[in-house]
Amino acid sequence: MEKLTEKDVNPKILQALLGAESDLTVDEALENEMILNMGPQHPATHGVLRLLLRLDGETIVACVPDLGYLHRGYEKLAENMSFYEFIPHTDRLDYLSPMSNNVAWALAVEKLAGIEAPPRAQYIRMLVAELTRIASHLVAIGSLSMDVGALTVFLWTLREREKILDIWDILCGARFTNSYTRIGGVANDAQPEALKLVKNFIDKIDENLDECERLVNPNKIFIERLDGIGVATKEQAIDFGLTGPNLRASGVEFDLRRATPYMFYDKMDFNIPVYTEGDSLARYFVRVDEIRESAKIIKQVLDKMPQGETLLNQPKKVLPHKIEVYSKMEELIHDFMIVNFGINPPKGDIYSAIENPKGELGFYLVSEGEGHPWRCKIRSPSFVNLQSLPHLIKGHMVSDVVAIIGSLDPIMGEADK
Amino acid sequence: MELQELIIQKLKKNFPDSFIDFNVHMGDLSVKVDKKNIVKICSYLKEDSELEFIFCEDVTAIDWAKRKNRFTVVYHIFSFKHNFRLCIKADVDESDCAIDTVSTVWKTANWEEREVYDMFGISFNNHPDLRRMYLPEEFEYHPLRKDFPLMGIPGSLALPKK
Amino acid sequence: MGLEAQLKSDGFITTTIDAVIAWSRENSVWPMPMGISCCAIEMMAVADPKYDIARFGSEVMRFTPRQCDLMIVAGTVTYKMSHVVKKIYDQMPDPKWVIAMGACTSTGGIYRTYSVVQGIDQFLPVDVYLAGCPPRPDNLLHALMEIQKKIGKTKARDFQNKPLPELNVIQNN
Repeated sequence: MEKLTEKDVNPKILQALLGAESDLTVDEALENEMILNMGPQHPATHGVLRLLLRLDGETIVACVPDLGYLHRGYEKLAENMSFYEFIPHTDRLDYLSPMSNNVAWALAVEKLAGIEAPPRAQYIRMLVAELTRIASHLVAIGSLSMDVGALTVFLWTLREREKILDIWDILCGARFTNSYTRIGGVANDAQPEALKLVKNFIDKIDENLDECERLVNPNKIFIERLDGIGVATKEQAIDFGLTGPNLRASGVEFDLRRATPYMFYDKMDFNIPVYTEGDSLARYFVRVDEIRESAKIIKQVLDKMPQGETLLNQPKKVLPHKIEVYSKMEELIHDFMIVNFGINPPKGDIYSAIENPKGELGFYLVSEGEGHPWRCKIRSPSFVNLQSLPHLIKGHMVSDVVAIIGSLDPIMGEADK
Repeated sequence: MELQELIIQKLKKNFPDSFIDFNVHMGDLSVKVDKKNIVKICSYLKEDSELEFIFCEDVTAIDWAKRKNRFTVVYHIFSFKHNFRLCIKADVDESDCAIDTVSTVWKTANWEEREVYDMFGISFNNHPDLRRMYLPEEFEYHPLRKDFPLMGIPGSLALPKK
Repeated sequence: MGLEAQLKSDGFITTTIDAVIAWSRENSVWPMPMGISCCAIEMMAVADPKYDIARFGSEVMRFTPRQCDLMIVAGTVTYKMSHVVKKIYDQMPDPKWVIAMGACTSTGGIYRTYSVVQGIDQFLPVDVYLAGCPPRPDNLLHALMEIQKKIGKTKARDFQNKPLPELNVIQNN
């Protein structure tokens, strides 16, 4: 049981913490400042994030995040399994918005293979993507309020989220980590009961959200804890690569659904909420407004959804319907070939990104003509958003760290891949 | 497309010896350059008033497992002005496994390059803080290389005693 | 544990006191949520108004190990994280139980890779294993009821003369 000395601490992290230009030693720094470890197990770090803070009293001088406590080796896994087999793994990337990740993967593989899903499947995918956005923002708002001190809002937003999980239960059989999309369409058609439940939910979401907002918006403590904390100016936000609601709260009007439209978003009528202050309160308001915009989009999708089939009829690349596999000879052979040898897209590489609730989720796929990708890179929004954390918390106090992390909304399953 | 041709013409005019090749696949434009001038090319693309590629989306690498030019470092950059995405590739050989860092041009590239170093072992010259990103510092291998097995090497990572 | 240390034989008073202590322990299990990844979200869902865990006496999810008796390990445990989990398990006071929630903690789950521990029973003693990826909240409540049954059968003799674990504590001299 000896005193902790310099030799026990990892030298490279310490060097990063003390700053490359200064030549402070550990003992000198410890005379006036304190090194605090906000460890991987913490009630408010949104997962297993480790922060090493250098404090002067209660004010933060420097911060070094340490990631990798949830590194599961996704990119190496993707090189060893076929495109179809990787669909359940994409659920578990950003585990609060599973359907959105499935849609992103399906769009990326379809771009690589050069096929396009039928219109009804695209509309169903848009519907589930927007429902996912509502579910993810509800948890973000709830956990931000819980971190700041308002515990009731968390339980009320989780109650709303349970209604969405019931919809998914009827739609595809799983409440959570549902691998719903397939390459070339969706797994099964949307049943009328599911669509009716969606309509009931959307009709009531405005008043339920107002109820949650009335608890915190006029509250002086909530506003004082978030106003002016963690400010990111427009140039800083672009330089650090922030995307999603964090970028829109700093004044940049950029949304991938408008800039590079995919599926049928160019036919939908919706606004993009933009705030210019760039602090944590602006990020909270952007998320609340986005829930209302998503509700508008879902109403239009329900009105415009056409009838038709939900899986593309291209037997060399898309798994056929099970009924045809059991009754016709060619479909049986195609099913066998696709499951065993893969879909074999042409050689080349593409990058495809969609607007996830957390930011821009991109897949970079390199294909060498085989059934599995040669390289799959996942551009996760939480990883890039977390890079701005040391700069946002400089000069604030320890209790503000919790508020800033809650407003950036990282998910470690995605940041650590 | 006029924008694609404009970019290729500008690059050919300003960097005639570094520009190697271009390719269009499924609507994506990718440009292959020499790794020696990568910082100058990236700053030119960022500061040019017509193009304005101010947003860096992704930095990654590919391992081809061949003997010549084993790795390729890939950059994806985006321009808000034209809503256009460009892909830049630079080959890196295994014997000289280093390339200049672009974190002076875009700060986003800082952590992404650390991840490439962790997974592939490609080191970046003049990087402000080159440490491993995900795996502990004592780990001796680079997992995403093609000669590292998926299930790992037993004994390479320590486990606490029961 | 002071009272139980004095109870050594199996008389009428001893078994009644045993039953009372076991009953009070099983109906107020305070869990320590070691929420690491996706299963942690289902654990949060157990605490919300639809699948109420408060009716079992367990809504007190303290994040400090000193006040808990049940550790629910929810999420994939990697080699880097395993040292942290073991440290927190050592800091919990006796008597303590462990639920391995989900496929990742039971056997490594769908991740057969270089950085994932293939089952936490390689370094922790586990009492109940839960299947599912992620298990539904009803499943977690069923596991909690199994732990309660297990606690209900404990006697005072089980907790006597247990050696203290070797903690890796740094002390200032």
